[in-house]
Amino acid sequence: MRPVAIIGIGKTAFGAFPDRDLRSLAVEAGQKCLADAHVSPSQVEAYYLGNFAGPSFVGQNHLAPYIAGAMGITGVPCTRFEAACASSGSAFYHAVSSVAAGLNDVVLVAGVEKMTSQTTPKVTEILAGAGDTCGEVRAGATFPALFAMIARRHMYQYGTTREMLAAVAVKNHENGAKNPLAHMRKVITMEQALKGKPISEPLTVFDCSLISDGAAAVLIAPLERAPEFTDQPVKVRAVAQTSDYVALDQKDDITTFRAVSAAAQKAYKMAGVTAQDIQFAEVHDCFTIAEIIATEDLGFVKKGEGGPYALAGCTRLTGPLPINTSGGLKSKGHPVGATGVGQICDLVYQLRGEAGERQLARHSLGLAQNLGGSGATAVVTILGVA
Amino acid sequence: MKSGVVYTETVVHAAPEQFVADAPYQLAIVSLEEGGRLTARIEGERVVIGDRVDFVEGNGIPFFRKA
Repeated sequence: MRPVAIIGIGKTAFGAFPDRDLRSLAVEAGQKCLADAHVSPSQVEAYYLGNFAGPSFVGQNHLAPYIAGAMGITGVPCTRFEAACASSGSAFYHAVSSVAAGLNDVVLVAGVEKMTSQTTPKVTEILAGAGDTCGEVRAGATFPALFAMIARRHMYQYGTTREMLAAVAVKNHENGAKNPLAHMRKVITMEQALKGKPISEPLTVFDCSLISDGAAAVLIAPLERAPEFTDQPVKVRAVAQTSDYVALDQKDDITTFRAVSAAAQKAYKMAGVTAQDIQFAEVHDCFTIAEIIATEDLGFVKKGEGGPYALAGCTRLTGPLPINTSGGLKSKGHPVGATGVGQICDLVYQLRGEAGERQLARHSLGLAQNLGGSGATAVVTILGVA
Repeated sequence: MKSGVVYTETVVHAAPEQFVADAPYQLAIVSLEEGGRLTARIEGERVVIGDRVDFVEGNGIPFFRKA
């Protein structure tokens, strides 16, 4: 296996862009990424695209060659990966595998979603397609409902409170307000977060990530070739993808995502590090409870201690383990297919010292955790300065 | 008749397009006496974790009611 490096990144802003179509967003991210690495489209040997539901949201299939062609990339393998909200995390895992194996050298990995052209009930229905449509979804489950049931059980077993959930939202908005590419750049108060409109009890609108449009891209290459393209290569220390049952009611314990803990253990082993070595992380806060559970499943805190850890401010920019310095899915936005690669870009901004007001003092080893559905796909990536 | 215990629950306010007319409605994962779990709607009185519930005929959708 060859060591792999990230040699370029590119992101669009995340937000609601009525004048932009899916392809133009993906092209913008891809072109910014190629420019960042000074690479021309003809040098790209493969295009891996994460997209959850382009066919449902905008009626377009065959997305990977459709977008690659618009960037002038033809004659190479162009493939779309679908793994719900972990679609582009999965694309990244498979792209790294191909470079590590020696099949390709210069590979563009991207994620895109165009969601805001549909009504919220329609978006809710399309997203529910990432659940078990013959079981939980048929009974009326939505993704907020599934995570609300996870939250209720976590509260019941561990004493997690509404304030602890709200602390995650307040912190992520605090960070997102400082991120020029974030969807909702505004701070919120604890009181606002607690009094939000109910979406699925106990979750309010402030516990839920945003419905967004956006795209993100990274360019990868063998580490030994990285100096040809950049002075600041980032090393892929580890990437691991695992799975679990799709239906929430098939999981023994819904207060943990065992796919995440399994992926994390594999990734720590691959990187030769422990959870305590990680300096900062981008985790999949599709709902506030998911960030709390992520801190537990990744081994940053013991089971049941994620809520108090968030409430104590330990995951803020000034805390011992800053989480979601980008603002997370909650404030930065969650164009689902773009989220996994977007998180990787956000780690790279920190690792390269380009995170502006959000720049951390310790920024040489970061982790990203991307979750699909209610935990049926998990991708954990560890990046370090090369 | 299937009976069980509420493992977790929520009240859905923001419903998917096909169930907008039903909202708000309670949804639960029920641990069945016969083993296994089932995601179902709760009819009538609201329930909390640990409540015993009995199966009632639904129209293609499993419904339970507080025992």
